[in-house]
Amino acid sequence: MRVAGSGQIDRTKKVTFSFDGQDVHGFAGDTIASALLANDIRLMGRSFKYHRPRGVLTAGSEEPNAIMTIGTGATMDPNVRATVQEIFQGLTVQSQNRWPSLNFDLLSVNDYLAPFLSAGFYYKTFMWPKAFWEKLYEPVIRRAAGLGALSMQANPDKYDRAFAHCDLLVIGAGPAGIMAAWTAAQAGLDVIIADEDFRMGGRLNSETETISGAPGADWAAEMVARLSEMDNVRLMPRTTVIGAYDQGTYGAVERLSHHIPRDDAKRPLECFWRIASKRTILAAGALERTIAFANNDRPGIMTASAVRSYLNRYGVVGGNRVAIFGNNDDAFRTARDLAQAGVHISAYIDSRPDAQIAGDFPIYRGGEVYDTAGRTGLTTVRVRHDGGTLNVAADILGVSGGWNPTVHLTCHMNGRPIWDETLASFVPNPDAIPGLTVAGAASGQMSTQSCLMSGIAAANTVLQQLDKKPAAVDVPAAEDLPYRITPLWAVPRKGRAWLDYQNDVTVKDIKQAAVENFRSVEHMKRYTTQGMATDQGKNSNVAALAILADVTGRGIPETGTTTFRPPYAPVAIAAMGQTAQDQGFAPHRYTTSHQASVEKGAPFVEAGLWHRPSYFPISGETNWRQSCDREVTMVRNAVGVCDVSTLGKIDIQGRDAEKLLDFVYTNTFSTLKVGRVRYGLMLREDGHVMDDGTTARLGDTHFVMTTTTAAAGQVMRHLEFVTQCLHPEWDVAFSSVTEQWAQFAIAGPKARDLLAQFVDQDITADNWPFMACGYVTLGAVKGRLFRISFSGEMGFELAVPARYGDSLFRQLCATAADMGGGPYGMEALNVLRIEKGFITHSEIHGRVTAYDIGMQGMISAKKDCVGKTMAARPGLLDPARERLVGLKPVGAVKTLSAGGRLFTQGDDAVRVNDQGYITSVGYSPTLGHFVGLAFLRNGPERYGEVIHMVDHLRGIEAMCEVIPPIAFDPEGGRMRA
Amino acid sequence: MRLTCPICGDRDRREFYYQGAASILNRPDPDAGIDTWDDYLHNRDNPAGLTQDLWYHEAGCSSWIVVTRNTVTHEVIKTALAQTVKGQNT
Repeated sequence: MRVAGSGQIDRTKKVTFSFDGQDVHGFAGDTIASALLANDIRLMGRSFKYHRPRGVLTAGSEEPNAIMTIGTGATMDPNVRATVQEIFQGLTVQSQNRWPSLNFDLLSVNDYLAPFLSAGFYYKTFMWPKAFWEKLYEPVIRRAAGLGALSMQANPDKYDRAFAHCDLLVIGAGPAGIMAAWTAAQAGLDVIIADEDFRMGGRLNSETETISGAPGADWAAEMVARLSEMDNVRLMPRTTVIGAYDQGTYGAVERLSHHIPRDDAKRPLECFWRIASKRTILAAGALERTIAFANNDRPGIMTASAVRSYLNRYGVVGGNRVAIFGNNDDAFRTARDLAQAGVHISAYIDSRPDAQIAGDFPIYRGGEVYDTAGRTGLTTVRVRHDGGTLNVAADILGVSGGWNPTVHLTCHMNGRPIWDETLASFVPNPDAIPGLTVAGAASGQMSTQSCLMSGIAAANTVLQQLDKKPAAVDVPAAEDLPYRITPLWAVPRKGRAWLDYQNDVTVKDIKQAAVENFRSVEHMKRYTTQGMATDQGKNSNVAALAILADVTGRGIPETGTTTFRPPYAPVAIAAMGQTAQDQGFAPHRYTTSHQASVEKGAPFVEAGLWHRPSYFPISGETNWRQSCDREVTMVRNAVGVCDVSTLGKIDIQGRDAEKLLDFVYTNTFSTLKVGRVRYGLMLREDGHVMDDGTTARLGDTHFVMTTTTAAAGQVMRHLEFVTQCLHPEWDVAFSSVTEQWAQFAIAGPKARDLLAQFVDQDITADNWPFMACGYVTLGAVKGRLFRISFSGEMGFELAVPARYGDSLFRQLCATAADMGGGPYGMEALNVLRIEKGFITHSEIHGRVTAYDIGMQGMISAKKDCVGKTMAARPGLLDPARERLVGLKPVGAVKTLSAGGRLFTQGDDAVRVNDQGYITSVGYSPTLGHFVGLAFLRNGPERYGEVIHMVDHLRGIEAMCEVIPPIAFDPEGGRMRA
Repeated sequence: MRLTCPICGDRDRREFYYQGAASILNRPDPDAGIDTWDDYLHNRDNPAGLTQDLWYHEAGCSSWIVVTRNTVTHEVIKTALAQTVKGQNT
């Protein structure tokens, strides 16, 4: 029911939403939980294992019970905490883990089976028969247990990411956080203050006390308004700081549009922030814990502070009669506020015989709640007092077992919190995170006055650390009452007393874990699943380990805590994936001929980040092989054009450029003449091949190196390594020019004829022989021409500044078409190079040596180079190594299969008999059969042998003949023509 | 994690490529013998405490950087350009 007058909801703005199909009315400023309670709906969910009826336990992000599904269809969002989710007009909410309905759940039969389902029962019960686990037990258990379900549709929501930098990050906008931000901002620091709530102010929004004479919530709103006007302050409401990382980096999730209808949400649903701060103040407050007693999980039982939050912030009480059970002074505030609001208090039970409380309601000092009644909602509280027992009628029971400072973030870098006997809680280790200071209730300050002052003090500490003058700010006046507590973890009595509500862990489970020798807190956690649900046991962990400490006869400090890890609160995987879905998965690189290739109907293949055309279909062609065969034949008989701009191009200049090249290539480049190109092989220092490519000498001190598309980045890094880390004394500079030049291969017997129509210079066999290079002009455009060939045909590569690439490609294709030629794609390029035995990274995949590919002769004996020493290791020169060969099918099956394994004829096709593997295959229209490249033990010594290829994955077997890698034109006459 | 590039300043670790121990700055002579080369290529200390490693500011200025850091506390104690460190060694 609503209580007249109180709360920070806007009673002029009615909001209607649906809960399990029923319309529910609330006000702007309500959460799902507060609106449901206002309508006297206490039953909000079913528990994970026993399907027990559950209501809301808290009023914050630590909520274990009131977990719901919002929305429908693809944008459906499961496991949303009803205590956090703001309501809006048209919101649809479904309860979870129940069938057919929340009130009548068939699986609540599990509750009667509880004696068989205690901690560890999975491990004991479902051991055999072994095969039953996967097929029977697991599916059944998974259906019965668990929370919300996914929509199983692709998520259309947008998630974003952002970075922020600041002098000071303040986590939490309660009294301590606000004063810390205010003090630091006054001194001129760049401040970010983040709070997970949609309304900043922390507990002040839930309390009736005053600050400087004004209601605490009003004071907070005023301070937040003043902070928002400052240029050096960024307010981040609805933002949960989820993790503390090295060097002042914090992860945070900002909920941008969960509180508005999806249809209007052009903005992303959430934004994942990385905040780099010089200093951080953790003012995350404290969380109230409950007390374990039999049947302490009935709907209507919640923390005493939650009762106060619903009353003071939302103007809501979940029923007509309220009882309070506590072991500390703070619980009394709930009774006081309820009484002031005119709510009937049926009992106040304080476990301390000497509790100093007074009020116009029944007070039971030294009493305990030992049991409750009410099937789907609390009706009766059973109290043990003064040697007797009595039943108290109540709809709501507020329980306070004390407050736990929110230490979580201080533990993210392996810090361990410290037990504080006075507070009966863990407080943060002050040095746990470099650059982080803890303030307010998070540091164990339990009065509002001390929180305000510790916020100021923390800010001044930060100012001092950053060499700034401390700011003189007025200290507002607030309550400064003592916080007294006598620990009470569990009320002894037969019956199940809940600790971890979400995972259904009871006091008995903890004791059983100890009996079965899971006495370490980390073992107990995993055996019982205590604290392993989405709430991570925020209300229950301390009580659980206190009980473990008791059972095992150790103190709480010796028992210790489990490890708190990020994230502090649940984070959607989509928020962590951010923009990396679909096309955002990786950057896309397009060549200058991309648009023209799209227009020609080419499908594309990804090569690293690049998109390259696979083939260019013409009318009548119905599959890729037809196009590929035609393009290969076209290059062999006329002329083809192919964009090769994706190859890495590195411009190298300087007096010592040739030294660099001699050192990174196995062969010698200092002897290369200006105007000539040389093929080079690059090794890693361990003697294996890194990359290959051609390097052209354009001037005495000017070279242009090409790398493979795949290894361009690696080679660049390698050159930087060599020149910065090994030979910084060399006078050489280089730069990637891959994107500055559009480069096209022109290959085929008519290549020179096609080129003649574009290049002003006279290109002849004599003045541009094989491996020549130099400058040319195309009208006003200055280009570079390299006579190199990756197809085995007479080949040129013509480079022009990238802005002319599109135009040149279109014109080359058009002119080639008149000569019986045209563009060719990756498929044809691949077949052409396999026919010629030219290698790519399919062959030089990181595990092969120069020896393996028959290029050991390219390692110059006259000079050192990277990888030379280690390439000479005996094991890398063993003839029995898998070495490069060619293959062609000779049996009934005419197909070869890349990835297929090779076996000696007659051997079983099993691993121990493995002789090698195929790296590249293609159908050669030139030769009329498949050709392949492979690595085979003793390869070059086995030419002519017929060998057995088995592709176990595709189920292909073929007999093939071992041939030299160069299957076509071994003398190379065509490319020298 | 953040690293201070001597040229670009304080940067997120995603801008960097991690190589490994900075000992690879000291490349042996070609004829130093197989054991020396084996050490250089393969054998690494795994200290709990101070370590020096090489990072490459790949998404920045392309500098190779020697980072001195503590593997226990994750504190970054010092960063320096590899070419400067190398210059001091030789």
